[in-house]
Amino acid sequence: MSIGYPKVVVASENSTIVYFSERPCRKTSDQIDYTANALRVKLGEDLIDLIPSYHSLLVIYNPLSIGFQKIEQEIRDTIGRWKASNQPQQSRIVELPVYYSPESGPDLQRIADHSGLSIDQVIELHQQTEYTVYAMGFAPGFAYLGEVDERIAMPRLATPRHNVPQGAVAIADRQTAIYPSQSPGGWNLVGLCPLGLFNADKRPHSPMQVGDKLRFKSIDRDEFIQLGGSDKKLTGEIT
Amino acid sequence: MKGFKVINPGMHSLLQDKGRTGYHSLGITSGGAFDQYSFGWANRLCHNLDNAGCIEILVGGLILEAQVTTQIAITGADVPIKINDSTVENWCTHNIQAGDKIAFGYATAGCRAYLAVAGGIQAPLIFNSLSTVVRESLGGLTKLGTPLEKGDVLSCSSNSHCTERSVPAKYHCEFDTDTAEIRMVTGYQYEQFSQQQTSQFFATDYVISPNSDRMGYRLEGPAIEVPGCEMLSEGISLGAVQLPANGMPIILLCDRQTIGGYPKLGSVFSQDIAKLAQMMPGKKLRFKPFSIEQAQRVLQESTSK
Repeated sequence: MSIGYPKVVVASENSTIVYFSERPCRKTSDQIDYTANALRVKLGEDLIDLIPSYHSLLVIYNPLSIGFQKIEQEIRDTIGRWKASNQPQQSRIVELPVYYSPESGPDLQRIADHSGLSIDQVIELHQQTEYTVYAMGFAPGFAYLGEVDERIAMPRLATPRHNVPQGAVAIADRQTAIYPSQSPGGWNLVGLCPLGLFNADKRPHSPMQVGDKLRFKSIDRDEFIQLGGSDKKLTGEIT
Repeated sequence: MKGFKVINPGMHSLLQDKGRTGYHSLGITSGGAFDQYSFGWANRLCHNLDNAGCIEILVGGLILEAQVTTQIAITGADVPIKINDSTVENWCTHNIQAGDKIAFGYATAGCRAYLAVAGGIQAPLIFNSLSTVVRESLGGLTKLGTPLEKGDVLSCSSNSHCTERSVPAKYHCEFDTDTAEIRMVTGYQYEQFSQQQTSQFFATDYVISPNSDRMGYRLEGPAIEVPGCEMLSEGISLGAVQLPANGMPIILLCDRQTIGGYPKLGSVFSQDIAKLAQMMPGKKLRFKPFSIEQAQRVLQESTSK
């Protein structure tokens, strides 16, 4: 454990935030995952919700049944047990198909120009990395994945698009993500995933969860259509 | 199923209950009644479960036609209400016959009224709640986050009439005429702000910006100098007070994003979030520091009463 960590800090009348390290890393992700699971079991009804993120975990509890000092103690005890066990968690590996092309990824050329690479090299670098799901938020099912190869890291668009299609795979700096629903957005679009990424009526609601590892698999236009992708989402419809 | 037909949805009327919990790690926000205090009283008046579905009426204009015989209760903002041609009181129950028309005027103090129906309004649950979150396209009658629309029918059961009940005046919402005092539990990055910055923050009368809604209230006032700490996105609690680079605080409310990367000074105390729900843009507020010990003591005391 890094010096001074974990930090356990009050966030509100019924929540406490735990910082595990200065920067996110594999070990931090393991600890967050372990702590979240252990607290779910240990706290039962006293626990209301958990929000894991890059290097932190927000623990929301029922203040009528457990006080902030007791919560801090439970959190510290739990993390202490992780140190003792020192077992790396086995991450799930999720693979998602992506149709990378200028018609499905209108910012590929921009990234190629910025990096001095060819479009094919940009695609290759994006799909050869194994990403970690660091957090979910912004919209239901929106997963923040890291980290993109430095060579294809790309700042956000100066003017966000009004309309990013559902399934768009995108890059912002060293983060990458898939838009689970149509929304405005300022990330650089590199491809489209034909699969649904958030379904309120079906379990699992999302194919991935915080702590998972994720790989993208390059598919062609025909496979994209076969897997349910709509050609209406291809160039021209993205505004 | 029969219930209440929406003749006019008014400015913005939403189905709400206590909100969603347990799904924040998927990015799903809490939603739920903004003023949980008035919402709670509306259900209590109808002898409902504390999570029964109600209508949250912003400012007013809602007109409903009853298709069943039942009882309703209205709480929250001071808003003129007519049942057929008679003006009726707020903070009490009313017996309703099929064919009655319930019409809301526009709020004269406060801005959110709550209408509960005996047995609760029925709507499909999504993530265990019927709460409408427009930004997430979740909940409400359609399950797609749509506010009430003309022609919608809000299902509810028929109930026999009973003695009308009312809430004693001392428990009605108080609407601050001047500057509201909003208690904030200090936390998150509070220690990273200088004492000069936090003193200025607590001494400022902030004005609620017109660009405010259930997601967040933007405040206007002298800018606070924000510490230049590098931040990674982290979980956001209800009522969190964040300071983006321009130094103007934003209070994150029931429809907030679940994670974000701006420094935060702490979170507004829940009893004062109900107060914020009744404050329109242009109203003034001043923050008061509140410790976690004080906050949890007040919560314990108010439930043991």
